[in-house]
Amino acid sequence: MIYLDHNATTPIRTEVLDVMGELQRTLFGNASSYYGPAREARAVLEKSRAEIAGCIGANPGEIVCTSGGSESNNLAIRGAARALRGKGRHLITSSIEHPAVLKTCQDLERDGYRVTYLPVDSRGMVDPAEVERAITPETLLISIMHANNETGVIQPVSIIGSMAGKHGIVFHTDAVQTLGKIPVQVSEINADLISLSSHKVHGPKGIGVLYVRKGTPLHPLITGGSQERGLRAGTENFPAVAGFSAAVSLALNTMERDAARITGLRDRMETEIANRIRGVKINGAGSNRLPNTSNLCFKGVDGESILLHLDLKGICASSGSACSTGSESPSHVLLAMGLDPHQAQSTIRLSLGRETSEQDITATVDALTMIISRLRSISSL
Amino acid sequence: MQDWKDLYRQSQADETTGPILFYNDTVLDHFTNPRNVGEMEPGERVGFALVGDPTCGDQMKLWIRVEDDIITDIKFRSFGCPGAIATSSMATELAKGLSLEEARELTDDDVITALGGIPEHKKHCSLLGITAMQAAIQDYLLKQMMAEAEDTDDDLP
Repeated sequence: MIYLDHNATTPIRTEVLDVMGELQRTLFGNASSYYGPAREARAVLEKSRAEIAGCIGANPGEIVCTSGGSESNNLAIRGAARALRGKGRHLITSSIEHPAVLKTCQDLERDGYRVTYLPVDSRGMVDPAEVERAITPETLLISIMHANNETGVIQPVSIIGSMAGKHGIVFHTDAVQTLGKIPVQVSEINADLISLSSHKVHGPKGIGVLYVRKGTPLHPLITGGSQERGLRAGTENFPAVAGFSAAVSLALNTMERDAARITGLRDRMETEIANRIRGVKINGAGSNRLPNTSNLCFKGVDGESILLHLDLKGICASSGSACSTGSESPSHVLLAMGLDPHQAQSTIRLSLGRETSEQDITATVDALTMIISRLRSISSL
Repeated sequence: MQDWKDLYRQSQADETTGPILFYNDTVLDHFTNPRNVGEMEPGERVGFALVGDPTCGDQMKLWIRVEDDIITDIKFRSFGCPGAIATSSMATELAKGLSLEEARELTDDDVITALGGIPEHKKHCSLLGITAMQAAIQDYLLKQMMAEAEDTDDDLP
């Protein structure tokens, strides 16, 4: 099997499994209870929380553990919208956000909030000037992702963050795709709220965090207990938090080296594909992109048909985001970048990872060359 | 680890429970080796149709050759998902050799049955092949009518 869908999820590292297995076997205490095993669980939880905080330059008290990226995004947006209802009812986001942000904003619109969905240019970038123009006295939150999950295009969050700060508006960024791939530092991003997910960095699924800058107004979504400083009720899943902290620490240890190697593989793959297959467009190519992501449009062939051919050859890839698989509508991200529906439908995403090898890339380019030529011989376009 | 297909069957999940794409071997065969792919030169015995599915952007071109009211040959080209390619391929297989009258009776259900089923949310794809087929038959019949009308015109004094 050749796995090229790391933006969807990543295989868990054995070091992470060892940490979690040991904890699950030996420690069952409720981290919020009063006795020895509970205190031990609490200690593990807090040590892991501090480690995660350290990885992004935050204080441990600013880390709220959640069930993952989607919950973090929901908590950030709904939580801030509720807490700041008195200030106004306007939110600013972009048209290329993950559905966990977009659908949440749409849901808030049904509750009487107004949302501005900013466009992106043909390279897939949000323009900070547009963000500033959209600000009104009613604006309570700006949410712009750190990097896009489909194209890998890195957004100018640092500029947007300072601008939001200048206007006294809470800034949230979904950094689920960037953690472990490029630096995610609170001081550089200038965000009040940052969503992170464990399973994208070779950690366990079902765990994530929301960084909440000290003093940021936020209401909980899940009530019932005082865990996570009252921002997220529920018995703490400390083995998963420990797994996440192990995974993110390991990822950061080798991030620069991995990023350089993976960028090299990705660039070689794109060059060879462009040389061997005509009618290829690399979406977002003109932008600063994540090292591992390649979003490729093959003129005249359907993306899902490419995916199934790849799948039959044991190569795992994706069309757009995994959440859209099976849905019939073309990617909202690519449409926002100005691609026509046929081009958007002709696009696949290959996302590389730390275990991707030179041979994987060679085999994938060979497979794609054959598949595209075969599908084009059938195509009516 | 158990085979995922076994797990899938044991769970008794149907295709509507999630966006899991599960094509059977017949569908995969028609997808990887679609029958009757190609084009035809236009001619008086040839009917042609170009149809699109506005819901998903799939597009299909289909040609039929008719001799004595029998569809003797079919060719198609398709820009579409695996469901569209496989169902179009099967539709051409089913229609080849049928009389125009019989071919007009074919439905997308016949295609799905012949394939042994396709995922629920892919069923709309199967309409494309059938729609193209019916449109090509119409195109052919219209051509015949126009040709006949021209013949009649020629007979006029």
